[in-house]
Amino acid sequence: MSEQDRSGDVDGTGPGGQSEDGAFGISQRVQETPPSGIRRFFELAEEAEDVISLGVGEPDFSAPWAARDAAIHSLEQGQTAYTANRGKRELRAEIARHVDAEYDLQYDPDEEILVTTGVSEGIDVALRAVVDPGDTVAVPDPTYVSYAPGVTFAGGEICQIPTTEDEFRLTPEAMAEAGADEADVLLYCYPNNPTGAIMPRKELAAVAEFCREHDLVVLADEIYADLTYGQEHVSIATLPGMRERTIVFNGFSKAYAMTGLRLGYAMGPPEVIEACNRIHQYTMLSAPTTPQHAAIEALRSCDDEVDEMVEEYDRRRRFVLSRFEELGMDCFEAKGAFYVFPEVPGGDAEAFAEELLTEAGVAAVPGDVFGDGGAGHLRVSYATGLEDLKEAMDRIEAYLES
Amino acid sequence: MPALAPTICMNERELLDLLLADARRSTEDLARMLDADEAAVDDAIERLEEDGVVGGYQAVVDWGEVDEERVVALVELNVTLDRETSYADIAERLARFPEVQTLQLVSGDYDFDMRVEGDSMREVSRFISDKVAPVPEITQTVTHYVMDTYKDRGVNFGDGDDDDRLSVSP
Repeated sequence: MSEQDRSGDVDGTGPGGQSEDGAFGISQRVQETPPSGIRRFFELAEEAEDVISLGVGEPDFSAPWAARDAAIHSLEQGQTAYTANRGKRELRAEIARHVDAEYDLQYDPDEEILVTTGVSEGIDVALRAVVDPGDTVAVPDPTYVSYAPGVTFAGGEICQIPTTEDEFRLTPEAMAEAGADEADVLLYCYPNNPTGAIMPRKELAAVAEFCREHDLVVLADEIYADLTYGQEHVSIATLPGMRERTIVFNGFSKAYAMTGLRLGYAMGPPEVIEACNRIHQYTMLSAPTTPQHAAIEALRSCDDEVDEMVEEYDRRRRFVLSRFEELGMDCFEAKGAFYVFPEVPGGDAEAFAEELLTEAGVAAVPGDVFGDGGAGHLRVSYATGLEDLKEAMDRIEAYLES
Repeated sequence: MPALAPTICMNERELLDLLLADARRSTEDLARMLDADEAAVDDAIERLEEDGVVGGYQAVVDWGEVDEERVVALVELNVTLDRETSYADIAERLARFPEVQTLQLVSGDYDFDMRVEGDSMREVSRFISDKVAPVPEITQTVTHYVMDTYKDRGVNFGDGDDDDRLSVSP
């Protein structure tokens, strides 16, 4: 990778949050948004030598060849123009078929699906479409790093909901305790980044009931839906009374290993998808065209590759869990995404992660980065080949013994 | 009653997948990945071997990277059968030669597809003309010498995909 690539922002937050003397008066909302803690670790990891990284939030596979081939073919055919604002009709039809078959979700490709530039864009336009200044958005803690800044940019307030200590799940009790009954929106990601936690049907139904009772709409980031192990993913939109108050987000980054192609989709009732599209059509016009061709092919012919990747993640998951157990680092059995979330000895995750990096040559992200609820934990990504995982776990073992 | 093929239970199927991907993994690692005891994994491997499900383990070698001549030929064979001679009989006779690496009965224009390896073209040619062609049931041989191998048994011989991901990302 070139230096130029390396210097890029990993999370879009840029190096500084402070406005400096210059011609531009940096806006209040940007100044109020701190740079992500991920960045500091990225820089530390880049400085260190011979590092095995368990800090990567994307698959180590490449997109299935058939999907890449379709993208190449579309370029050869000269298909480099904009698509429809909402995405190619053919792609929306494939998405509708796919989510029906996989998750029992029924959406009309013409009115209820919007193809976006990654789920990131989908969540951004959805927040801006439904949040008015002063509205409150409830998010679980710990959670993915982009939600709070997204809410701030949309002019909303954040309400953090602590998740359960054993399984990092949302409960109506914790929601009530945190004051989420007064909130307007619930935004979450399950299977979860950073914990690997999932929400089984029963627990999800309790959250759904809370949302109906207190009139919250739900933005459900289900980007890791395909990556569950031994337990099927349940979409909240399939629960009674939830379809009309939910936007479901999914995409191609994780299951199809297409992170860099930036393609996702939002699904919801016509009026809210229309509202999202209003922002999308002015700010993005359309999601990138080439990836849309890759995505059509991915949905049509790459189920086997996805299954193989899921099986491989599962094996690594079991390997890593078994090693952490052996090392005596408490770690709940994460059943989703490609993360496990062990407790660090001593409880100071930042210090542990930094030492692990400098002393043992293993990079992993301290849980604090994802919110106070992640304190004392380490996000360990197993989106890395087994040989590297083995070596990394051996290094952690040696470090713990030293 | 004909002998039934040995049944493979679910866990053994997954074990097979792991061995197919990399047969050199340690029993300890296999056990972790399968969430099973090491002893159970050892037993299962032994059973698979005894039942003839797993016939052997081999390295996939890219001979192009080795400073040594290695010749591979794919040979199409046509045969005629009679009341006393079956495909299996002919196959058994051919398979005994160590030069024959793979032998398969195939559909289409010819009967057997045979992969032969040797240290030189001369050696392989001589083997086919002296040992294979004279077999009475064999009516025709067509030999294709392999000029380059790009992928063998699922292993790509080209440059691997470099990991170009950022070392830490959200």
